[in-house]
Amino acid sequence: MANYGTNEFKGGLKIMLDGDPHSIVSNEFVKPGKGQAFTRTRVRNLKTGRVVERTFKSGESVESADVVDTSMQYLYGDGERWHFMDPETYEQLEADATAIGDAHLWLLDGATCEVTLYNGQPLAVTPPNFVEMVIKETDPGLRGDTATGGTKPAHMESGAVVKVPLFIEEGEKIRIDTRTGEYVSRVK
Amino acid sequence: MPADEAVPTGVADWRPQASLEALRRVATLRADIRGWMNERGVLEVVTPVLSGAAPSDVHLDAFRTADGRFWLQTSPEYPMKRLLATHGVDIHQIAPVFRAGERGRHHNPEFTMLEWYRVGMDHEALMEDVADLLETLWRRAGRPWHRPERRSCHDVVDTVLGEGAASPDATGPFVDVARVQAHFETEGRSYPASIGDDADAALDLLLDEFVLPALPRDRVTFLHGWPTSQAALARIGMDGRGRAVAERFELYVGALELGNGYHELADAAEQRVRFTHDLERRRALGLEVPPLDERLLAALDAGLPDCAGVAIGLERMAMALFELGSIDEVVAFGAERA
Repeated sequence: MANYGTNEFKGGLKIMLDGDPHSIVSNEFVKPGKGQAFTRTRVRNLKTGRVVERTFKSGESVESADVVDTSMQYLYGDGERWHFMDPETYEQLEADATAIGDAHLWLLDGATCEVTLYNGQPLAVTPPNFVEMVIKETDPGLRGDTATGGTKPAHMESGAVVKVPLFIEEGEKIRIDTRTGEYVSRVK
Repeated sequence: MPADEAVPTGVADWRPQASLEALRRVATLRADIRGWMNERGVLEVVTPVLSGAAPSDVHLDAFRTADGRFWLQTSPEYPMKRLLATHGVDIHQIAPVFRAGERGRHHNPEFTMLEWYRVGMDHEALMEDVADLLETLWRRAGRPWHRPERRSCHDVVDTVLGEGAASPDATGPFVDVARVQAHFETEGRSYPASIGDDADAALDLLLDEFVLPALPRDRVTFLHGWPTSQAALARIGMDGRGRAVAERFELYVGALELGNGYHELADAAEQRVRFTHDLERRRALGLEVPPLDERLLAALDAGLPDCAGVAIGLERMAMALFELGSIDEVVAFGAERA
């Protein structure tokens, strides 16, 4: 496994710290004119998502983390395991609940997701930024009410609950921003 | 593909980073500095950028020319001292300097050094001289001026770590590294284990994390009374409480380091011992070991007048004066666009 020196640090670099893969969020070169140089970083633990500060003496090197982001097709899930396929090699991998996180709320069969692999195993799953889903259940629509700005909860087949405008009806298809979980528009 | 990615690399970044306004202000700053120097009869000199020797400092890396004959200067200190030893008059220089591997918000591998020497002054008098120049520049730029603060390394360390934390004499390390590390742990701050027993590195990080951020933001601070292990080219003297300290100061505006001054060591034998010690450390760390500057040592041996000198990063000074956060805002082209 390759090593990175502090002079190679940059945002997004994947490194091993305390046995866990981390991604560098930001880094700053610090040096008194006559003294020791340091590199102060903020790093995200890719297993826990926690961001911590970490300071290195310049010239130190750290092991790179075998972490790659790859596009994979979502096949199916059973509530405990979620199955993905590499569209080029047809290789299949399964993600557990920790790796899938909240992403399971936005998974549609066949959708292309970004799967973060650590030592070849899924570490995290990022759904497409926008998905289109059919509303399974919501209160009856208020016909003609397109202006009051009120919202109501709408339940999706996946289990996700999205706040939608009052005029939206059960069975309608809507566009959702998965990064915020917010309703974007109606899909005709 | 977004439009900006369609442009081949190296084409999109041909423009300068600094605004015309910033370039004008830097030009005025240079002119004002020269005016101040001329009024006081501090002669402007030019010394070679290419040097046949490089500094022995453990934490300075010089660029070397491909033919191996020269190093690019990291500061004009050595040739300026040779001028002092010969002609014995006040001199100043605004010179390009180069330091390999230094890049960040406050660093560019190439920057401009304002360096001047005052014959007959010690570090105390030179601090007043520096304050006088800065006050002139600050007032000309319409910035409020407050009387500079003076803090000693002993006091700032004791303030952070507790009374008596800084060594009372020069026999041991200036700070107890275990105590520094414990403080970082108590405060929940990251401390690199690789510092090991390097008390100078521990002090450097302690200053950066806990001392500099607490300096008054709106004024100049002189940090003086440096550990003898960090004397470099400064004399060793006694502070007011009889403790051996380097006669050296660091200059800050807020938390930003601007420069470094010495009551210059004139003892050639002592300077050779320090240089040799530094080179031994460089060798142990696997760093390049440049030859000693024998011409500087010969000049000290011939007799350096009693003098004090200071080196100030001109871009840092501009950043502080114009309240800018990045060196890239005051240089036409940073290293990536050079």
